[in-house]
Amino acid sequence: MPRLISVLRSTRKSLKLLLTHRMGVVGVVIFVILAIIVIFGPLMRTVDPIRTGLPENILVPPSAKFWFGTDDLGRDIWSQAILGARIALLVGFLAAIATVAVGTLIGLISGYFGGKIDEVLMRIVDFFMMLPYLPLMIVLAAVLGPSIWNVILVVSITYWPFTARVIRSQVLSLKERAFVESSKSVGASDSLLIFGEIMPNVVPLMFAEAVLMVTWAIYAEAVLAFLGLGDPMTISWGMMLNFAMGSGVMTMAPWWVIPPIVFICATILAFTFLGTAVSDILKPGYREARGL
Amino acid sequence: MGLARFAIRKVSAAMLTIFVIICVNFIIFRIVPGDPVRMMFRDPRVGAEKIQEMYRKFGLSGSLGEQFGAYLRELFLRGDLGFSFARRAPVLEVIVERIPQTLMLILTALIIAVILGTMLGALAGWRTGTKFDSIIITVSLAFYSIPTFIMGIIMLVIFGLMLGLFPMSGMSTIGADLTGWAHVKDVLWHMFLPVGAIVVWYIGEYIIVTRNSMQDVLDQDYIISARAKGIKESAILRRHALRNAILPVVTITGVNVAFAVGGVIEAETVFNWPGVGRLLYDSVMGRDYPVLQGLFLIFAVALVVANLVVDLIYGYIDPRIKVGGGQ
Repeated sequence: MPRLISVLRSTRKSLKLLLTHRMGVVGVVIFVILAIIVIFGPLMRTVDPIRTGLPENILVPPSAKFWFGTDDLGRDIWSQAILGARIALLVGFLAAIATVAVGTLIGLISGYFGGKIDEVLMRIVDFFMMLPYLPLMIVLAAVLGPSIWNVILVVSITYWPFTARVIRSQVLSLKERAFVESSKSVGASDSLLIFGEIMPNVVPLMFAEAVLMVTWAIYAEAVLAFLGLGDPMTISWGMMLNFAMGSGVMTMAPWWVIPPIVFICATILAFTFLGTAVSDILKPGYREARGL
Repeated sequence: MGLARFAIRKVSAAMLTIFVIICVNFIIFRIVPGDPVRMMFRDPRVGAEKIQEMYRKFGLSGSLGEQFGAYLRELFLRGDLGFSFARRAPVLEVIVERIPQTLMLILTALIIAVILGTMLGALAGWRTGTKFDSIIITVSLAFYSIPTFIMGIIMLVIFGLMLGLFPMSGMSTIGADLTGWAHVKDVLWHMFLPVGAIVVWYIGEYIIVTRNSMQDVLDQDYIISARAKGIKESAILRRHALRNAILPVVTITGVNVAFAVGGVIEAETVFNWPGVGRLLYDSVMGRDYPVLQGLFLIFAVALVVANLVVDLIYGYIDPRIKVGGGQ
């Protein structure tokens, strides 16, 4: 346990380090803005984004009353965009956590036990990585039915092998280290070695993987919703684009697509920048180069 | 002899993968809630005797094992992927007639991305640390992270909607019935935006890879000695640096096929381009499960084959495999 605490402490230090990285700063700023939108969304002059509006409010351009205009059903686009952040980040984070959890577990088992277990698990990983990821997600989402929980499931099924691969190679080098050998020599069990000794040391890597998976999951949610595979009762940014493209009147309302596009791009860029910053910081020699 | 053994091993591994894909493909479409038979043939326009015929042909009334046996039999003995009631045609026929349009998009985008990407990347690597370099790198990273469907909608709104420069949907002008050169020009004009959206996404990776490779090459002794000899900079770039720097480009072109599929599906959907990607979207919308199942199989098998080809080319190029039998 003391090791876990020290790892957490160094993770906090890494977060401080983020602010020494230029891309990290941009990522953190956008992330903070998104967090505010997610938490205070309902207080930010938003109305029910699903309920159809009055006939005279159909396709109103941006105005003082409707900051981002309205859609073909008279619904407020500002409310849809602001409240859509909740879906994007909910799916992004839950899917990332599920993916990294499964991937880490498989990676730990595969790397630690080696031999036949490793061979079988890595065959499965290779097989999954060979599948065309978008058609796989589309087909799974189509047969499972539209719901954000299914989107999370689909994302985890598609992406876990990538994390498993990364974690496994780290475990392979960790299990040869002295501290693992010494615990083994005093008779520590496999599960204590895996979760007590090795896992705390892959936490920074899990964090980097989680940031990457959030990016992929947000993309996946957006593209599945755009392709009509999201839950029509939960309005996300991808769903807004799906409505706009499917309405047939998008040419009359260019303001409709701009907010979801800006939000999706900003979110994906923020997490891409965070990911780049985190992996730079985790590289040996980063702190030394900056005298930290 | 090592090369032959290497090839046999790779081909048999690929065949095993394809078999597992076929099994997975069968299983996925049994997750469909409700009766899979009903879901596949729920179109009310289908006559009772036709349904009975399909039941018999695909063994859909039998147990899961019998169904799987029938699926394999139809697939391997007759190359039959099923029948699309929504389109009133065999699935294989529906898919095959869409393939040329998709290849047209992928290949055009790939050629443009490779040529432009290596040129820009080489220039950025050649001028490392300059303003040009940092702009190119930031822009490529940004373009590379923006999903193709988003880039497609952005281009659609700017170039199609606001500027009215390009058509926003389809492959040719409807009702124009153009022939010959006029038709070619019409198709090229329609291709511009979908190809552009894919290129913007592909190109980022080519730029970054070529730039990094260029930086490595520029540190090599032969470049330093060429400089020492007083050869003109442009000649060094063309004759010595570029030729060596583009080697990794060949590598990523093979690896990228899996990601290419995703981009094409998105671009075809946004621009209503009549290829397999748009077919996938239309089948999802129409819940046309037989076509969906067939498409997944075709996409997955195409990827396995593409990876196999890349592996075999590597085996041929890499002398270690030729000699050592790839151990």
